[in-house]
Amino acid sequence: MATVTAPSLTVKDFKSEVHNDWCPGCGDFGIVTALQMALAKLQLAPHQVVVVSGIGCSGKTPHYMHTYGFHTLHGRVMPSVTGLKLANHKLTVIGVGGDGDAYGIGAGHFVNGGRRNLDITYLVFNNDVYALTKGQASPTIKKGMKTKSMSEASIMEALNPVALGLACGYTFVARGYALDVKHLAELIAQGIRHRGSALIDIFQTCPTYNDLHTKTWYEGKDKSQSRLLKLEETDYDPVVHHPSDSGEVSRKKAQALLKSEEDSERLPIGVFFKMEVPTYEEYLRQKGVLSEEPQATLDTIFRRDIQPLLDALA
Amino acid sequence: MTDITIGIGGAAGDGLDKTGDTLARTAARLGLYVYAYNSYQSVIRGGHIWLRIRLGQEKVESHGDHLSALIALNQDSIERHAPEVEPGGVVLFNADKLRANIPLRDRVITVPLPITELTRSFGRIQPVMQNTVALGALLFLLGLDFEIAAGVLTDTFAYKGKPVVEQNVGLARAGYDYARDRFVPLGCQWSFSRKRRPFITGNEAFSLGAVAGGCKFYSAYPMTPASSILHWMAAHAERCGVVVKQCEDELAVVNMAIGAGLAGVRALCGTSGGGFALMTEAIGQAGMIEAPVVIIEVQRGGPSTGIPTKTEQADLNQVFGASQGDFPRIIIAPTNAADCFHTAVEALNLAETYQLPVIIISDLLLSEHPETIEPETLTATVPIERGELVTEWSAENGRYKRYAFTPSGVSPRALPGTANTLYVAATDEHDEEGIVISDVFTNPAVRRKIAEKRMRKLDHALGDLPAPQLAGPLDADVTLIGWGSTQGVIREAGGQLAAAGIRANHLQVKYLFPFHAREVSELLGRSKRTICIEANATGQFARHLRAETGFGVHDRILKYDGEPFEPHYIKEQVLAILEGHLRSLEVTPAEAREIAYHYIRTHLNEELRPGRIEKADSDGGGESVWRIEIIHRDSGKKQGELCVGINTGATHIPAAGAS
Repeated sequence: MATVTAPSLTVKDFKSEVHNDWCPGCGDFGIVTALQMALAKLQLAPHQVVVVSGIGCSGKTPHYMHTYGFHTLHGRVMPSVTGLKLANHKLTVIGVGGDGDAYGIGAGHFVNGGRRNLDITYLVFNNDVYALTKGQASPTIKKGMKTKSMSEASIMEALNPVALGLACGYTFVARGYALDVKHLAELIAQGIRHRGSALIDIFQTCPTYNDLHTKTWYEGKDKSQSRLLKLEETDYDPVVHHPSDSGEVSRKKAQALLKSEEDSERLPIGVFFKMEVPTYEEYLRQKGVLSEEPQATLDTIFRRDIQPLLDALA
Repeated sequence: MTDITIGIGGAAGDGLDKTGDTLARTAARLGLYVYAYNSYQSVIRGGHIWLRIRLGQEKVESHGDHLSALIALNQDSIERHAPEVEPGGVVLFNADKLRANIPLRDRVITVPLPITELTRSFGRIQPVMQNTVALGALLFLLGLDFEIAAGVLTDTFAYKGKPVVEQNVGLARAGYDYARDRFVPLGCQWSFSRKRRPFITGNEAFSLGAVAGGCKFYSAYPMTPASSILHWMAAHAERCGVVVKQCEDELAVVNMAIGAGLAGVRALCGTSGGGFALMTEAIGQAGMIEAPVVIIEVQRGGPSTGIPTKTEQADLNQVFGASQGDFPRIIIAPTNAADCFHTAVEALNLAETYQLPVIIISDLLLSEHPETIEPETLTATVPIERGELVTEWSAENGRYKRYAFTPSGVSPRALPGTANTLYVAATDEHDEEGIVISDVFTNPAVRRKIAEKRMRKLDHALGDLPAPQLAGPLDADVTLIGWGSTQGVIREAGGQLAAAGIRANHLQVKYLFPFHAREVSELLGRSKRTICIEANATGQFARHLRAETGFGVHDRILKYDGEPFEPHYIKEQVLAILEGHLRSLEVTPAEAREIAYHYIRTHLNEELRPGRIEKADSDGGGESVWRIEIIHRDSGKKQGELCVGINTGATHIPAAGAS
């Protein structure tokens, strides 16, 4: 995580001047605002933050941020994040991608990214559809569901992002809701502060193509009818208090898994699982491969004297 | 004799690589030049492994055409290779298990080693240690210094402790003494300079060069024949401060390297053709976002999974065509192991100077064969050229433009983490600042100028790269053209042609893209006759040459059987072309024998082998055939027959009674 700077930064300091072309009412506005609020809350210097996106509506996020940005290829958020973070571990690196990007075309990277446990945060904009290409079904659409953009209902099972995140080894697994910006900002701040790979799957409304999971569907007509249940308002404890206790780790994972399967009446949002264990970078530090100083800011001649290796060859 | 080749034949798991390594390093320490090539297969155990080690008083640049000595570790190797041993040569084998049951050429001596008897005093030994006895005997026959070999064995087995060292040296000594008491040496006339030269592979040279050149990030997915770079890097990660990442796939490999390059470290990744195919979209990305990255593509026999352990130069179309759209890239084909070292350094410099992907195209032969190189050619201190970097930017300078339109096309680069130079590196088309022009702000004029800016970098890069030179007489009868790893073997073939009265000159191309079209056109315009020599089936470089220069070569020599060129093969093909013979695709008797071996292995049993081969007019299948006797290995008794079509190579068992 980057160093804190003064004077104090506000949400405005993280907004870019670039024209935003998301559809009016898009859930993505909520997410980008929540991200800006989280960065302001943590007082991270904009030039110490890199937002890395894939392709799709969510892919445009870096352009609306006043930070460094890397708008990569479809599905390649996680490897791009990994390369950046290993090259400069002092940067705060945040991946953003759609559900198709993360769980479809980038699924292999999503899985192995979780196994690495780099100190990064990954926000997945989950709206059940491929919106930028006009609303085709994504990996998170429920079996039997048919949005107005689909010609037929899906006959495949939906992927459960929280369960997959747990299985892959993400050490912070949460779910947010794009239109509860304050709650989401708090989750993102927790995810960034978390030392390790944080996955935040975000229910995102798509007013253009998803006419099923709308704002009204999620929130109901009034608060008493809301489908969303905030985990922190229950007695649910997501934290593994003793990571060396494999029994506790298994129980907490199983608990989170069961919780993630609750989707009939109330959909839980909040933190499902959290465990602090050494990160990938810390292991590389221990092995002596990485130094305190990031690779990117070291002189390139650092440890490149190969004369002894050449002498040993002959 | 001052130029000899030793063959070691056996199965995977027989430990012949270690034996070969000891022999090669012994010769190298004595100051001889060494070149080795291991023809192996994609199996952990079994199969047929054929290692050739050429030793020369003068520099040797291929495994050559001759076989002077054979260590056979199984019966198969005796049958296949003992007949190739040249007059005056020697065949060594374990007399307790194997026998020389095949006719040999004149004056070839056999050295049947009584291994059980020679090793009795060493107690129980592992089967691979019989190789050390044979090696000892060979050292004597070749006139190589035993003490030097003992030193190599000591270094090799030091990590296993003194008893293992002593046992190995003792076994080699037993073989050496046995040969000394019973045989006369082959008559090698060495003069040992004792100049120690490194004996390394192309992949080791790439790795060393990369580290010398400041590489700090290496990513890869295991794939033959690039994996040994990954192994080297992993073994030296801590020592050299390189983050080494074995990834889930090649998509991750190249995207991680690009991410690292964008962040400001010198990043490298390696793969073979199949992995490169997965990387292609991201290579275009590197071109688009102007991120430096170096990719080593080590070709193996394709297409598809192809022949993973065999060499070929057939991925040229792929590297030229990788990724959609037009973008700048540099493609370099190093020509020998020492050149691999310098190419790695140069590629890292070019990638950062011009902010683009650089592809190094190697092949299995170049990457995996070891050779001696002059120690002076490897230097720890190499130039580091990082190009234009913006390390500080005051807000008073106005807005930083990451993709500023400059005359050179190179826009000074700021690394993430630098204050006041925030930008987005986007794979969508963008303007000078990095703001996308792909969706609502599409703009033909901006698009044209940024596309030109990116491509302009290549005009400048071409000026930095040395143009290829013609080696040999300007008024030669024939010009031999090659690219990449074939430099040594073509040079040697040129020497053989000169001995046969044909004056040849030689153009070896290293920088494939951007291409020195003007210089090459001028050189080739003066040639009387041009022949392009490459290890693929369609003449991919000849086509590139024509596309770049409009120059069509007169003839091509193409090889795509997986084995590297040998000098005599090139010489004979050149002579045939000059005599006006059309290239024949007929199955040769030697190939018919190999096809028979394949048939026996896959359909019959190991007790059989091919015997007499003769041509028969027709078999009813519409073509002439090679008719091959299948005989019993022990008795030599005929067990059946196999026909191989001379044109198609089709196999079948002839009907009983047919003749």
